[in-house]
Parts: sequence; structure tokens; C-alpha cells
Amino acid sequence: MWEALHFEFMRNALMAGVFVSIACGVVGSLVVVNRLVFLSGGIAHSAYGGIGMALYFGISPTVGAGIFSVGSSLIMGAVSLKSKHRTDAIIGVLWAVGMAIGVVFVDLTPGYHVDLMSYLFGSILAVPKSDLWFMFPLDLLIILVVLFFFKEFLALSYDDEFARVRGIPVNALYLVLFCMIGFSVVMVIRIVGLILVIALLSIPPYIAEKVTASLGKMMVLSSLFGILFTVIGLWISYRFNLTSGAAIILVAGAAFFLTLALDRFSGPDQHQNEEA
Amino acid sequence: MDTPAIEIKDLWFAYGGIPVLKEVSFTLEQGDFMAILGPNGGGKTTLLKLMLGILEPKRGEIRILGKKPHNARERLGYVPQSTDINLTFPISVFELALMGRLSRSRFGRRYSYEDKEKVASLLKKVGMWEYRFRPVGSLSGGQRQRIFIARALAVEPEILFLDEPTASVDREFEIGLYDLLKELNENVTIVVITHDVGVVSRHVKSVACVNHSLIFHEDGKITKEMIDMAYTCPVDLVAHGLPHRVLPDHEEE
Repeated sequence: MWEALHFEFMRNALMAGVFVSIACGVVGSLVVVNRLVFLSGGIAHSAYGGIGMALYFGISPTVGAGIFSVGSSLIMGAVSLKSKHRTDAIIGVLWAVGMAIGVVFVDLTPGYHVDLMSYLFGSILAVPKSDLWFMFPLDLLIILVVLFFFKEFLALSYDDEFARVRGIPVNALYLVLFCMIGFSVVMVIRIVGLILVIALLSIPPYIAEKVTASLGKMMVLSSLFGILFTVIGLWISYRFNLTSGAAIILVAGAAFFLTLALDRFSGPDQHQNEEA
Repeated sequence: MDTPAIEIKDLWFAYGGIPVLKEVSFTLEQGDFMAILGPNGGGKTTLLKLMLGILEPKRGEIRILGKKPHNARERLGYVPQSTDINLTFPISVFELALMGRLSRSRFGRRYSYEDKEKVASLLKKVGMWEYRFRPVGSLSGGQRQRIFIARALAVEPEILFLDEPTASVDREFEIGLYDLLKELNENVTIVVITHDVGVVSRHVKSVACVNHSLIFHEDGKITKEMIDMAYTCPVDLVAHGLPHRVLPDHEEE
């Protein structure tokens, strides 16, 4: 497989995979422990509206997707802070309306749009160097924000009521988290496409959570798992000429079911086991 | 006289259109030890959350240490009713107890050495030090409750609120907890929601009974009126294993 690294597009793909895996590991861990997986899926799909509008107005689809995903994540975030029990309804609405906007604007745009598929299912092999220069600072920003406010994020994820009583600006931090989810989703769309975003955000953290009892370690481990899955998936897609995004997700999915099976055969869950 | 610990005037609260609390008024001095009794669904926890500034009143006024709850909340410790939130959450005992050291002024900074020392001594006090690296979800309900109590004490609060703190701990720890609260009560005002009327007679200084409205007794007596308000079949509940002196002698009828 090493000869593949002679191609620049392959090196770029690997770099992109690493950057996205790190963002997914850090933000995805917060997504999983805050039970925001479905919300992240909604953000990803509503981003299609931005892609459609960007095509129509002739700007970069990535910019369009970015505006829509950050915008919809802030709307969903604000709604979930106000009426927690109706969040899933709003997610469903933005999910569908975003997609519909995308479809309608693509209809209105003259010509044949072959690269739309790359937004739906990813195109890691077509990531240009310029995209890496946008992913790297985003990664750095996400890592710095989480590192800086780690104890606050831990507290509000576990028990937001107590964090509020302690005077922590819980709402503001939640909005920061929703922004980070929005940015990560745009990055992930490049890799596996908007339909498969949820898998890369949730599978590595889910597996990591099984092996560690610390949120910090969960973030590091799920970043590493993400890197492993993308590299193996990329190799499979190169070797067998398959769609890269789907190959990556299937590798992650296989690991997920393997973990479930191991869990099942390694005796009862430790949570019940250690009940004193 | 000092500023009252808690001052509530004509407080009303409703969830949606359903009224939960009405015409609640009382004043609690600093240094008091108050028990809140009442039936499930009577509004005890709601009242607690209003005092903590987690909920906003629909009408009326709440003063905590002379300030709005929002502005006094960092001086309050709080043990929530349920400790089984997020059982699969990746957090250790020590990390959870450290949350008590969070503050707005040290937002975005790491916990200090003093924070960790303070929390270590509290975990020893509640008997959870040896479990400090264990995931919280792997412990029993009683053990979790001890950690939440340590977390509330780590705040070094001026008022400590406890919502049924002995619901799932064993008898031995319950006695130990009330001894600890008694010791703390020398400097800290304590408000505890409990179903255990026996505790009231032995430890607390004043009693309030909440069932949508509130009856307050500064001398810690449970009156017939409170019992009637709180329970539909008072005799069974009160007579079960309680010292008789809980009830004042026959002032009714």
C-alpha cells in the first residue's frame, strides 16, 4: 500500500483523515456524553441547504455548508436550552427543511452537478491542500477551547444544574459546543459525506467510552480510533476501488459490532458487577 | 441581627398552567437547621430549585442571604435528589467531587492544589477516599450519595440544601450524616428535604411542611395541621416507629 503515498491526493487524504478524526474524537466525545448524536445528524443534513444555495449563487459549497451547519446548530442549541423536551422535533424539522432547500436550489441551478454526490457520500480522495489549511486551524481551535474549559465542559455535561448553581455560564458554553459541532460537521462532510457524519462522530467515542472512565482519555482514545478507522478504510477503498466514505464507515461499524460482541462475551457489565 | 438566610414573600410557581406553589412565605435566620416535609408532588423540590435560582418564580420574592438567588448561588451547596443521572458517564469519584470547587472567578483555570486537598479530606470524611479513581456509575446508590454530599461540602457553602440525602444510604451512614450536619450547622445554615419524620425530632431546629402552600414552624414542632396537610392517612405514617414527642400533646380539638 506504500506506493499509494507517492500520490499527493493520497497524502492529502491521510492528513485530512487525521485532522477530522481529531476533531471527531474531541467533539464527538462531548456529543456522545451529552446525547447530541441525533442533533449532529440534523446539523449535517441541514447543511445540504447551504450546499444547494452555494451552487445557485456560485460560491464555494463548503462555505455554504459551513454557514448552514453552524447556523442550524445554533438554532437547535437555543431551542434545546429553552425547551429540552421538544428538541428532537426541531431537529427533525431543520433536518428535512435543510435538505429540501438544498434540493430546490439544485433544481434551480442550470447544468449537471456531478460533484453533489461527493457532499452526500464524501470525497476524501479529492481533498485539496487548501482544505487542509482550513482544517488544521479549526482542529487547533477546538483542542484549545476544550483544553481551556475542560473542567467546565465536564461539569455541564455531567450535571448542568449543579454547574449553573456554581455560577458557570452554562448556556454560553453550550453555544460554544454547538458551534464546535457545526464546524466539525463541515469537516466531516468532506471526508465521509453528510449522510455518514453521525457514524464518525459517534462510533469512535462510543468504543472509547467502553474502555475508559475519564472524559479526557475518551477524547484522546476516540481520536486514535478515528485515525485507525480512516486509514484502514482508505486503504480498503484504494485497494478494492470502493467509495472511500462508505469504506471508512464500514470499518468503524465493524469495530463497533466487534466491541458489542466482546462486551457480551466478557461477562456481565462492570456497572452491575461492581455494585457494592 | 444578621441578614436572614432565606426570606420568601408570597411566592407562586407553576409548571405550564399547573400551579405547584402558592402564597409561600417564610423567613429563615442564619444558623438554622430546617426540615422540609410534605407529600410527593407537593412542591418540595421545586421550592428548593427556586431558592437555588435554578427555577424562576412566577410571582413573589426570594432573598437568599439578602440577595437574589442568582447572585447568591455561589455561596450555596446543593445535594440533588437523584444521583443516578448519567450512570454511564465517564467520570471518576474524585472528578465528580471536585465539581464543588468550580467557580465563576476561576473560570477556565485548572483546579488548584488547595482544591484537591480540600476534596481529598471531604472524601475521607464521607468514607469514599479509597474509591476515588472508580467510575461513579460503578458504585451503589448509597456510595454515590456520599460523593454528592462531599461535592456539596467542597463548595464551603453558607447554606447547604439537601434533597432527601438519606434516601438510599444505610442506617449507619444516615446517623453519621446527621452528626456531620449537626457539626456543620455551627457555621452553616442547613435546609433538608426528608420523608423521615424521626430525623426531624432529633436534629432540626425548625420545620416546614409543603403541599402547594407552606406551613412553617420555627420551633421544629410538627403540628396536626401539618400532618393533615401532608398526608392523607397521617396516623399510619406518623405512628410507625416514631418517638411520641414528635407530635405536640393534643393541642388539636
